[in-house]
Amino acid sequence: MTALQDRTRTRAAHKAQARLNPYLVIAAGAVVVVALTYMLPPFRTYQLATVGAYLCVTAGLTVLTGLNGQLSLGHGALMATGAYTLALWQNKFNLLLPGILVAIVVTTAVGAVIGLAAARLRGPYLAGLTLAVAVVVPSITSTFDETFNSDQGLSVILNPPPDSMTVEQWQAWVCWGGALLTVLALALLTRGRFGRDMRAVRDDETAARLAGVSVARTQVLAFVVSAACAGLAGALFAVIAQSVSPGAFPLTLSLFLLMAIVIGGLGRLSGALIGAVLLVALPAVAHEIGEAAGSQRLEGNLALTFFGVVLVVVMLAAPGGLASLRIPFKKKGH
Amino acid sequence: MKRTATVLAAVLLAAAGCSDSGGGGSSGSADTPGVTDTEIVVGTHMPLTGPAAAGYSKIAPATKAYFDYVNANGGVHGRKITYKIMDDGYNPANTQQVVRQLVLQDKVFAILNGLGTPTHSGVLDFLKTNRVPDLFVASGSRSWNQPDKYPGTFGFNPDYTVEGKILATHVKETYAGKKVCFLGQDDDFGRDSLAGIEKVLGPVAAKQSYVTSNPNVGPQIGALKAAACQVVMLATVPGFTALSIGTAAKLGFKPQFVVSNVGSDPTTLAKTLGDAAPLLEGVVAANYLPLANDTANPWIQLYTKVNTQYNAGAELDNNVVYGMSVAYLFVQALQSAGKDLTRDGIVEAVEKGGFTGPGLVPVRYSADDHSGYSGEQLTTIEKGQAKYFGKAYRTDDGDGAVEPVEAAAVAPPANGIPAA
Amino acid sequence: MDRFLFLTFDGLSRGAVYAAFALALVLIWRAARIVNFAQGAMAVATAYVAYSVADATGSYWIGFLVAVVAGLLLGAGVERVVMRFVDHSSPLNGVVVALGLVLIIQGVLGMIYGNEFRPAAAPFSRDAFEIGGVALLSRYDLFVFGAVGAVVVLLTLLFTRTPTGLRMRAAAFAPDVSRLLGVPVGGMLTLGWALAAAVGSLAGMLVIPTELGLHPTAMDIVFISAFTAAVLGGLDSPIGAVLGGLIVGLLLSYISGYLGATVAPMAVLALLVVVLLSRPDGLFARSKARTA
Repeated sequence: MTALQDRTRTRAAHKAQARLNPYLVIAAGAVVVVALTYMLPPFRTYQLATVGAYLCVTAGLTVLTGLNGQLSLGHGALMATGAYTLALWQNKFNLLLPGILVAIVVTTAVGAVIGLAAARLRGPYLAGLTLAVAVVVPSITSTFDETFNSDQGLSVILNPPPDSMTVEQWQAWVCWGGALLTVLALALLTRGRFGRDMRAVRDDETAARLAGVSVARTQVLAFVVSAACAGLAGALFAVIAQSVSPGAFPLTLSLFLLMAIVIGGLGRLSGALIGAVLLVALPAVAHEIGEAAGSQRLEGNLALTFFGVVLVVVMLAAPGGLASLRIPFKKKGH
Repeated sequence: MKRTATVLAAVLLAAAGCSDSGGGGSSGSADTPGVTDTEIVVGTHMPLTGPAAAGYSKIAPATKAYFDYVNANGGVHGRKITYKIMDDGYNPANTQQVVRQLVLQDKVFAILNGLGTPTHSGVLDFLKTNRVPDLFVASGSRSWNQPDKYPGTFGFNPDYTVEGKILATHVKETYAGKKVCFLGQDDDFGRDSLAGIEKVLGPVAAKQSYVTSNPNVGPQIGALKAAACQVVMLATVPGFTALSIGTAAKLGFKPQFVVSNVGSDPTTLAKTLGDAAPLLEGVVAANYLPLANDTANPWIQLYTKVNTQYNAGAELDNNVVYGMSVAYLFVQALQSAGKDLTRDGIVEAVEKGGFTGPGLVPVRYSADDHSGYSGEQLTTIEKGQAKYFGKAYRTDDGDGAVEPVEAAAVAPPANGIPAA
Repeated sequence: MDRFLFLTFDGLSRGAVYAAFALALVLIWRAARIVNFAQGAMAVATAYVAYSVADATGSYWIGFLVAVVAGLLLGAGVERVVMRFVDHSSPLNGVVVALGLVLIIQGVLGMIYGNEFRPAAAPFSRDAFEIGGVALLSRYDLFVFGAVGAVVVLLTLLFTRTPTGLRMRAAAFAPDVSRLLGVPVGGMLTLGWALAAAVGSLAGMLVIPTELGLHPTAMDIVFISAFTAAVLGGLDSPIGAVLGGLIVGLLLSYISGYLGATVAPMAVLALLVVVLLSRPDGLFARSKARTA
C-alpha cells in the first residue's frame, strides 16, 4: 500500500496550505463552461459535454480507488446501468430530470450489491470479480433482449432543447451541471469524517478498526458513492448519444477509466478532471494522427497503446500520477 | 481544491484555445455544408474492424475508387467527390461518435451508405435534426423507408422482409414438406427477415438468434440440430454465416442453408472458412446486382477497370460490386440534382427517381417510398462460384404476392459515368 | 440424452483449455503473488506470431512451436522488464500494471495486424466422430485433451522430480531462506513467468481456432472463465486449477446448450460471486491461502 500511502502524506502537506472555497471554484467553473459553449464550434462543444460526463465517473472512481483503496473494473457496467435506466425511463415518461435521478438511484442500488461483495474481497479477487461484472453487460442485454434490445440497444427520446440554444450547447450545460455538482458533493464529502474514515481503512484496516471505524461499512459506502457517480455519468452519456447500446460500455472503457484516474493522480479531483479531458482528447488526437498517416489501423490503436504505456510508466515511475509532479506540471502549463 | 481550480482553469483555457480550429473549411457557393465550386464532401460509417468487418470492409474503398474514377474524368458538374470513411467497428456507440464528427466537424454534405441496421438506427434522429441527407443506407431494414418521419433517409438494399418473402417462396416450392428453421441476428435485421419468411411459410419449426459480440454459435446450431431441421435460413453477417456453416459441419449437421444476401458473398465466406470452404457448395442465397464472377457482364467489366486503376487491385468480389453500384447511383443523383447543389435538392432528386443501372430489379425511390431495390434473384454456389438461377422476383413488405420481374439492367454508359 | 452427451464432451474440451489457462494463472500466483491480468493478451500476441510464422512456413506445427517459445520469451521479458519493478506492497499495483500491458498489447497488435478477425486454422479436423449416431468428439478435441494432459504431466514432473522445480517452489514459498541457501530467487521468478506464459500461449493456440478467429481481444472472455476456474480451484492449487477448469467448462457448456449462449457470461459471474463469498480459498485448497 505504500504507493497509496505516499499520497496521503502529500495530502497532509497539501492540507496545510490555504484552500479555496469549493463553492467558488464550482461557480467559476460553471461560468467558464457557459462561456465556452458560446465560443466553441459545435463539435468542440459536443466534446466538452463528453468531458463533463466522463468527469462524473472519474471523480467518483478516484475517490473509491485513491482514497479508499478499492479497485473497480466494473464501473463501465455501472455506467451502462445508469444509461439503460435513463433510456427506459425516457421512452416511457420523457421527463429528463427525474429520469436522471432515477438512473442514479438504480445504479446506486446495483452498486450497493456489488459493493457488499467487494467489501469482503481484496486485491486481485476484487479486480477479477469487477472484471466479470464489466463483461456481463452484453450478456444481459441480449438475454433480456425484449427489454434492452440486444446489441442494437435503445434510442432515447428527448425533448428538443430550448430554441435559444443549440443541441450541443444544451448537452454541455446538462453534462457540466451534473459534473460540477458531483465534484462539489465529493469535495465536501471527502473533507469530512467520511474522507478520514476512507483513508484510515485504506492505509491500515486493523488500525482503523481499533480506532472505531467500521471497515466494511466505509468500504460499501465508498463503493455506493462512486456507483452513484457512475450512474449519473451513464445517464449523461445516454443523453449525449440519444441512444444506449452495450458496445458503448466495453471492457476497454473500464480500463480507460482506470487509466484516467491513475494518470491524473489517484484520489485527486483535479486528477479526475485531467483524466476526463485526456479520455476525450487523446482518441481525437490519435484520429488526427491516423488520418494524417493515412492508416486506418493506427487510429483507435494508437490511443489504446498510449493509454497502456502511460498506465505502466506512471505506475512504475511516479505512483502519485502526473498531478503529483506539481512543479513540472506548472512549468508546462504555460 | 486549489489544484482542482488551477487545472480546471488551464483545461478550459486550452479548450478555448482550440475554439477556432476544426470549424470553417466549408464556404459553399450556396451556403450548403460540404459543397464548394470544386468539391463535394460526403462521409460514411463502416465496420472496417470488428466482428462484422469480414467482407464489408471492402465496400467503402470500392465506392471511393469509383468516385476517384469520376473525379479523374472531370467530376460531377465540375466538383470532385471526397469520400470520408470512418470506422465504427459495427458498434452503435462508435457510430454515434464518428457520424457526429463527420457532420459537426468535417461538415459533410451528406452521409452515404452508412452500414448496418443496429449501427445506423442510432443516428437517424441526429441526422434528421441536422437536416443531413442520409442516402442509400447499407442495410435492408424497413426503418429507412419512413418518408414522413425521416424525410432525408433512403435505403438501398432490398428490405429484409422482401428478401425473406422471396427466399421463403423458393423454400416453399423446392423443399416442400421439409422442416424449416431460422437463425438470425438479434436485431431489426433478424426480426425483419423472419417476419418476411413467416409471411410465406407460417411459423418456422425452430428459431435461434445470435449477437455479434458473442462468437460462439455452437449452442444455437446444436439446438437447430436437436430440432432436426432440414432447411436452415440464415439472416447473418458474413462472419457469422461462415461460423454457422462451419459449426454445423463440426456437429455433423448438414441441412440446406438459405442465406440472406448481406451474409452470402462467396469470396468472403470461402476466405473465412479456409479449408472448410467446400461446405459452401449448394448454399442458396439471393442478389440484385451483377455477380462479380460474371466477366461477360458489361458492368463487371467497368468495375474491373475502375477496380484495377483506383482500388489498388483489391480482389473483385460482390462487396466491391456493391460499393461501386452505390457510388454509381450517388453520381446519378448528383447529376440529377443539377449544378446548384443543395441538401434539399439532392433529396428531391432521389425522390424524383427514374434511375436505371446495374440492378436486376428496379429501384423504387419516390416521394412516398424511400426503400431501394425492390426484389432479388436467387443464387446458388457451384464449384465455389455463385451463379444466378430462376427469375428475378419483386414483392412488398406487406402481404403482396411475390411476382417475377423482367430484367431491369441496362448497359452502362460508354465512359462509365452517368450523364447529367 | 444425445445432446447431453455432446454438451458434456464439448464442455470437457473447452474445460481442458480453461484448465491450462488457469494453471498458467496459478503458476504466476504461486511464484509472484500476482494474478496476471495480461495473460490473455499475452497469449493472443503469441498466437498472432505463431500464425504469421505458420503462414510464412506453411507449417502449423512450426507455428505452434513458435507460439510456445514466444510465450516463454514474452513471459520472461514481462517479468524482467516490467513486473520486477512493480511496488508489491499493494496487490493493486501489479493488477494495474498488468491491465496497462493489456492495453499496450492489444493496441500494438491492432496496429500491426489490424482489428479484423483473422481466420485461424485448426491443425486437425473439427468434424465430430459419430459414435452410435451421436456426434461426440472431433480429432481436434482429442488433440486438445492430449496437449493439456501433456502440460499437466510435464509440470507435475518438473515440480516434483527435478531440482529446478524444487528450487522454484522454494523460491516462491520462502524467498529469504532460499536466497540464503543459494537459490537464485530472481531467476526462478523469471522462469516461473516464462513457464506460465508458455502454458498460456498453448491454451490460446488451442482455443482460438474454435472461435471467430484471431482478434486482439479474442481471449477476454476466456480469461474471465479461466480466472473463475483458478479461483474455484484455489489460486494456490495446480490440481484445483485443472479441476476448476473442467468444472467451469462443463457448466458453461450445459448452460449455453440448454439456456442459450448469451446466458453464459452471467453464469460465470454468478459462479465467481458464490465461490468468492463462500469459499474464497477455493474448493480444493488444502491449507489456508495467504491473504492477498
